[in-house]
Amino acid sequence: MLDRLPREVIAMRVAKELKDGDVVNLGLGIPSLCSQYVSEGKTILYHSESGVLNYGPMAEQGEEDDDLINASGQFLEPTPGMSFFHSADAFGMIRGGHIDVTVLGALQVSKKGDLSNWMLPSRGIGNVGGAMDLAVGAKRVIVAMEHKGRDGEPKVVSECSFPLTSPTCVSLIVTDIAVISVEQEGLILRETAPGWGLEDVQNETEAELIPANDLKEISL
Amino acid sequence: MEKVFSSFDEAVADIFDGAVIMVSGFGGTGGTAQNLIVALRDHGASNLTIISNTAGLASLMGFGTLPGHTAVDCGMLIDNDQVGKLIASYPVSPSPSKINSFESHFREGEIGLELVPQGTLAERIRAGGAGIPAFFTPTGVGTQLAEGKEVREFDGRRHILETALKADFALVKAHKADTLGNLSYKGTSQNFGAVMVRSSGISIVEVDEIVSPGQIESHLINTPALFVDRIVKR
Repeated sequence: MLDRLPREVIAMRVAKELKDGDVVNLGLGIPSLCSQYVSEGKTILYHSESGVLNYGPMAEQGEEDDDLINASGQFLEPTPGMSFFHSADAFGMIRGGHIDVTVLGALQVSKKGDLSNWMLPSRGIGNVGGAMDLAVGAKRVIVAMEHKGRDGEPKVVSECSFPLTSPTCVSLIVTDIAVISVEQEGLILRETAPGWGLEDVQNETEAELIPANDLKEISL
Repeated sequence: MEKVFSSFDEAVADIFDGAVIMVSGFGGTGGTAQNLIVALRDHGASNLTIISNTAGLASLMGFGTLPGHTAVDCGMLIDNDQVGKLIASYPVSPSPSKINSFESHFREGEIGLELVPQGTLAERIRAGGAGIPAFFTPTGVGTQLAEGKEVREFDGRRHILETALKADFALVKAHKADTLGNLSYKGTSQNFGAVMVRSSGISIVEVDEIVSPGQIESHLINTPALFVDRIVKR
């Protein structure tokens, strides 16, 4: 049995994609971990739909303030240089192309970069929240997720069968076994977890993967 | 022109059955007019249309709620069968195994839903107060939320037509008001409230403190007084 990367390592790999000066919006789950692993010396401005830019660490226990939360409802520490705004501005920033990178979770991503992440068809109702706005508005959409679903179903698929969040929006997929970029010619397998080969990753992927010329092991 | 009301009950007394009501808050207790919501529950107006980001995540799961605190949000009005329709971006619990009262009412066909992407919701509310009847947005294109909506291409990209939202009343939480109705908010608690006050016929604002004009420095006023009709102190 090949080892899968823990969630923290997925987040570390995504953190490598963030550049000095980027304005970044992190979604729930694995994406929310990325900020912990950005290398020192890079200044990232984190944006949250709750109406804050340039937030920092979570508040210490006993220091929580319900007037200072991120989009996950976590309490933030007051940080010098943070700014606040209302929801229409929070989303004007997103839709207006002012967010460089958003990192989102996904239920399915297709070979064309279509994203489904807001509704399980079996439930018949879902929360769209800010996902559609982020998928459409951010300059770059990175998906950070486990490669397969809870019941072992593939999540990187030829066509999304779940309701779409947005068509053709994802540019990079980082999972617990692979890094895959979405290109004109299809899904390019760029990196694999230690010990995993093209065939191993393909076996867990419904869509066809094209190996990169320089396919290599994931490095942090 | 007296905007200061002495009680929450008095401030919501004229809300009528079938009214459209905007309820501020992102999902947690910050920016949520908890006392006005209790007053509206006690008042009992029914068949309301509620416009809110969520159906109440604070009361459901302690989202954005200080440890040990009990949260009130629009979930209370749904629990009390006062809501006929919800317009929201995040109506159900994030976990399929945890059902909120909105979801159970929805499954029984007792409450309607208009699901709106969060940014589109905020912009529709903003537009409602800014004299913009409708606008085109790229959000939602190619998804089931675009079904039945007009599509137009601008700069080679498809957009869908979304219409403005207005309400009869807004229940909003701010930090401070002066007696003229100027408001300031704390931290992330502007969220939907600062746009809802603009697009509601009567905006009712619950605040931590009411001060004289001048005691909120003019450059720190987030909401100018003309958007505010009623103020009640917590």
